[in-house]
Amino acid sequence: MQDLSQLGTGQQAIISAIEAEESLFHRLSALGFRVGKPLSIMRRANFNGPLHVRLGTTDVILRANEASYIRIQPV
Amino acid sequence: MKRIALLGMPNTGKSTLFNRISGASARVGNWPGITVDLMSAKILLGGHIAELIDLPGIYDLHGFSEDEQVVRHFLTHNAVDLLIVLLNSTQIERQLSLLLQIKRLGFPVVLALNMTDEAKRAGITIDTASLSEALKLPVIAISAKYGDGLPKALEAATEIIREQKTTSKPESINQLLQEDNLIEREMEDLIQKHVQIPATLTDDTTDKIDKILLHKWLGLPLFFAAMFLLFQFIFTVGAPLQDGLGWLLDTLRSSLLDALFANTPIWFQGLMLDGIYSGIATVAAFVPIIILFFLVMSVVEDSGYLSRAAFLMDAIMAKMGLDGRSFVMMLMGFGCNVPAIMGTRIMRSRAMRLLTMLVIPLSLCSARLQVFIFIIAALFSPKHAPLVLFALYVMSFLVMFLTAVLFQNQYKNTEPFILELPPYRFPTPRQIILRGWQEVKHFLNRASKFIILGVVMVWLLTHFPTNVAPASIDTYAGQIGILFSPLLDPIGINHELAIALIFGFVAKEIVVGALAVIYGMQGDALMAQMATQIDWVQAMSFMLFTLIYTPCLSTIATIKNESKSTGFMWLSIIWSLGLAWVVSFMFYQGAKALGY
Repeated sequence: MQDLSQLGTGQQAIISAIEAEESLFHRLSALGFRVGKPLSIMRRANFNGPLHVRLGTTDVILRANEASYIRIQPV
Repeated sequence: MKRIALLGMPNTGKSTLFNRISGASARVGNWPGITVDLMSAKILLGGHIAELIDLPGIYDLHGFSEDEQVVRHFLTHNAVDLLIVLLNSTQIERQLSLLLQIKRLGFPVVLALNMTDEAKRAGITIDTASLSEALKLPVIAISAKYGDGLPKALEAATEIIREQKTTSKPESINQLLQEDNLIEREMEDLIQKHVQIPATLTDDTTDKIDKILLHKWLGLPLFFAAMFLLFQFIFTVGAPLQDGLGWLLDTLRSSLLDALFANTPIWFQGLMLDGIYSGIATVAAFVPIIILFFLVMSVVEDSGYLSRAAFLMDAIMAKMGLDGRSFVMMLMGFGCNVPAIMGTRIMRSRAMRLLTMLVIPLSLCSARLQVFIFIIAALFSPKHAPLVLFALYVMSFLVMFLTAVLFQNQYKNTEPFILELPPYRFPTPRQIILRGWQEVKHFLNRASKFIILGVVMVWLLTHFPTNVAPASIDTYAGQIGILFSPLLDPIGINHELAIALIFGFVAKEIVVGALAVIYGMQGDALMAQMATQIDWVQAMSFMLFTLIYTPCLSTIATIKNESKSTGFMWLSIIWSLGLAWVVSFMFYQGAKALGY
């Protein structure tokens, strides 16, 4: 099983687990990161910058560190 | 009086809706136990006067950010008659959770679905009638931007308020907040039955723009180019307006005011014309630039480009213990430090908020810009002027980065960086003008008090005692300059400039006005006079000091309010004063040593 930070640009995946502490979990969940939801990586910023992730109709940017708490199943 | 609160997630157009309903009558209200300012307005609803409160945008009633705590505190300490919950239609599949949380608490609710035009373009269809039936509350599609559906929403609100006898019970809400978990399933069920969302969004305009603006290599250069062009635009358009206003104020004085005060005592004439009027006139000539700045800024802010800037800049910012949001606030600081410091509220980590607050006052704000434009025009050739100004901007960024790097271990950040990228939107002219107007009103309110007080104080200090020559060493002002000269001589700042610096502590807007009074002249005459009294090295040293040292009193007050720490406020003051002195000292002595 992979985490979101390892997913390649342009690839799609399904969220299989979120292993974040409570406050991060709440924020992720309010922005639409929930188990079973599909997502895709739109792009990454240079120099190991944030990831641009699309979840349904929402676009979110987050750092690789935060993304590493999200387990995914590539499709 | 009935009380209605407006609630929604960030980026749903809540403030737009609030402004549309309240017109320009909104006021900042005080609420017990809440330290942030909540906007409120009195509105007329079906014969009742109701108070409408704009609560901060939140993702989740259970969240941990300051805003989320504010909303919880408000709802558990104040009875409300109605909550208008505003959701973004294009994101209803996740935003509905907030409504369900609210509904579970038993509030009377009207659900307003905003951005229906965008949802329509994206191919999302929401069956409001059946959704309303399922939720057992009014659901109304609106467009806060254009006002569509608003009368219907207000009608629904009126009906609820008229029928209902009871208000919310803050204590029981406190209890209910402890328990809820079934919302997710309920939400999915509702979405499935009443909303159709296409697999992929049909409107890909934002995608196309992002492909260019967020491009791997073009993104950053385009960002800096855009910022440069905006500043260029502001000053190209602003300069002639500035000249026009200056001419108008001069004409007013020579054709009307001089005659009006001709028969009054000399000291009164001096106070009114050379004190109050020339100070205000000099500063007022810069108002067009400020108006332009905020008009442009509101377009940039509402367009959604600021979150893109955060995306592009984050990798660099993370190295300084800050994040892309700090950068956005730092940019806002180039307009005015005060709203930028208030804007740091979006950050959850107190450490990073404090670090950002320490950095923002070093940005070259529009008030400092007035001083620089004036002095550059007085002492540098038109060929060198843009270079000098550019160097000051670079210097501003440098001291900001230096401060962040030096203090980043003091204020270590543990906050996650997760931000929403809203689609590109172009604000309506009404939105732009309303926003620009509010900012200018705020600026003038704040500035005029300081300016009039400050300029009159300068005039008094420079004209008393009455038996000595005005603005000479023998006046009170001169004595203050002498008192500080052991500190200021090594950085090339003479007594006149020293007095201007002292008053710049109150507000940077005063500095040019103060110079006008100190030298007893204004406009071109003042510029010519200054050019004979100081050389360019001194002028540059003065500008560097002005750039870095303590911002205005308003900024200090805001820092104290937002950090809730007097100690932190003093740290900010002392750090910036010390850094200003060191930088000016190095520049002045260095330039002297090199023979300039």
